[in-house]
Amino acid sequence: MNFETTIGLEVHIELKTHSKIFSPSPVAYGADPNANTNVIDWGYPGVLPTTNKGVVADGIIAALALHATVEKHTHFDRKNYFYPDNPKAYQITQSDKPIGHDGWVEIDVDGVKKKIGIAEMHIEEDAGKNTHERDYSYVDLNRQGTPLIEIVSKPDIASPAEAYAYLEALRQRIQFTGISDVKMEEGSMRVDVNISVRPVGQEKFGTKTELKNLNSFNYVQRGLEYEEQRQQQVLMSGGAVQQETRRFDEKTGETILMRVKAGADDYRYFPEPDLPALNISDDWIKELGDAMPEMPTKRRERYVNDLGLTDYDAMVITQTKEMSDFFDATVALKADPKMAANYLQGDVNAYLNEKQVDLQATKLTPANLAGMINLISDGTISSKMAKKVFKAITDGEEPKAYVEAHGLVQLSDPAKLQPIIDDVLSANPQSIEDFNNGKKRAVGFLVGQIMKQTHGQANPQVVNKLLMAALQQ
Amino acid sequence: MANRINREQVQHVAGLAKLEFTDAELDAFTPQLDDIIGMFETLSEVDTDGVEVTSNVSDQLNVMREDVADNWGQSAALLKNAPDAARGFIKVPAIIDESEDN
Repeated sequence: MNFETTIGLEVHIELKTHSKIFSPSPVAYGADPNANTNVIDWGYPGVLPTTNKGVVADGIIAALALHATVEKHTHFDRKNYFYPDNPKAYQITQSDKPIGHDGWVEIDVDGVKKKIGIAEMHIEEDAGKNTHERDYSYVDLNRQGTPLIEIVSKPDIASPAEAYAYLEALRQRIQFTGISDVKMEEGSMRVDVNISVRPVGQEKFGTKTELKNLNSFNYVQRGLEYEEQRQQQVLMSGGAVQQETRRFDEKTGETILMRVKAGADDYRYFPEPDLPALNISDDWIKELGDAMPEMPTKRRERYVNDLGLTDYDAMVITQTKEMSDFFDATVALKADPKMAANYLQGDVNAYLNEKQVDLQATKLTPANLAGMINLISDGTISSKMAKKVFKAITDGEEPKAYVEAHGLVQLSDPAKLQPIIDDVLSANPQSIEDFNNGKKRAVGFLVGQIMKQTHGQANPQVVNKLLMAALQQ
Repeated sequence: MANRINREQVQHVAGLAKLEFTDAELDAFTPQLDDIIGMFETLSEVDTDGVEVTSNVSDQLNVMREDVADNWGQSAALLKNAPDAARGFIKVPAIIDESEDN
């Protein structure tokens, strides 16, 4: 039996605002438990929420970045459930009129491009955090009220690999808008997935299961791969898939039953009476749209078509907005684009990995990287010397000043090189004879001798040219 | 009795509200809730054709504050009001179900 797979993803993204969505408490990490909470966050009787304008703006920006329609007459709804991290016993979210709907992102899996639809996106408050110990649980409400945007895909995703690509496209576009850090390892991006399989040709979707505890894009793909196989086996052995929530076990790569899922009706949604509705003006949408940075897909087109980068280079450079901005600024200072791309992917990335820091937290600047690349391009330094210069610019040093201070200037003047070459040749008659007898290796030896005489500062291209001319006389 | 709600539904809704009822209570509440729903059904008699859906009865619109953080410094006082606290956390009986809904 052949099966087709349908995958839906719900992605929660934590917004990088200064204050919470319905109270002015700070949104900050690493604070003492409950330090960033007030009576509103604790859901005290008689308190009233007020909507943070910055969160609504971020919702509009996300909608625009994901090609969605902004809902101009929007409001909040109340979702009722009991849990100790949810002090009001309800979450203020959007159900009826989410801030954006009907968007899409384009994915590319092994060169095949496909548009994945986004059903809707809504803004809502996060819950607090529970820590479980043996006899008690401990509640920290610092996260309570932190703004989230939830993005719900249409059931267009047909494989675990497409799910991975969708998450990557989503992460990039949101990252470029600057509204969130979108880091799964830090919890600012969280993914819930649901998956169903059905025999090819069957019109009705199969029964879906939901997966939780997916802490990286890799685990999302692996969890879905496991679940796809499991459901196919259930159906092939004549069984029926149960609607349930399963947990992905990172160690075994398997999914384990958590609970049978509650119906949506049980949340008893109704319009939030404590918050007036919102009418979003065209002017506001335009203002936010005009201020939005260029998106990664546009930048990749520009890098490939205008600057001659490969698709792969363009993809790596647009992993984060910071990297892409850095590249743009470096190229704007007349650095060769290909060399700039190579340095960012190679030495810069290696440096960031080694130090475990983000680009913006280093002393590297586009001016200094461009300065170094330009010194290589005009022959002042060799790419071997550039290794030392690169280390210096990671310490914030100006490349030209560093090169001069350390005598790292490449010797390219033929008038100065010729006498050295002549000396080396007269000291090594054997090598000349070897060369004349067809032993090309003799050239390498002679170049080595010349480099030694110049303490590695001779320009290898110029040396080669002069040496060959001398040998062929 | 018009049977707008049955005993199982009452029990289910009570469960959502974390309430437990005896058989006698369920017997008593089921027809009462049925009557209450019946009373609300009176509203259906109003002709609402062409009337826009109302999501909010307030005549206010677009009430928003700027995104400025302000810590009111209430943490210590709030923790004093919690039934139990430890190390700055609110201490509650152990939670078994690890579900987290957003």
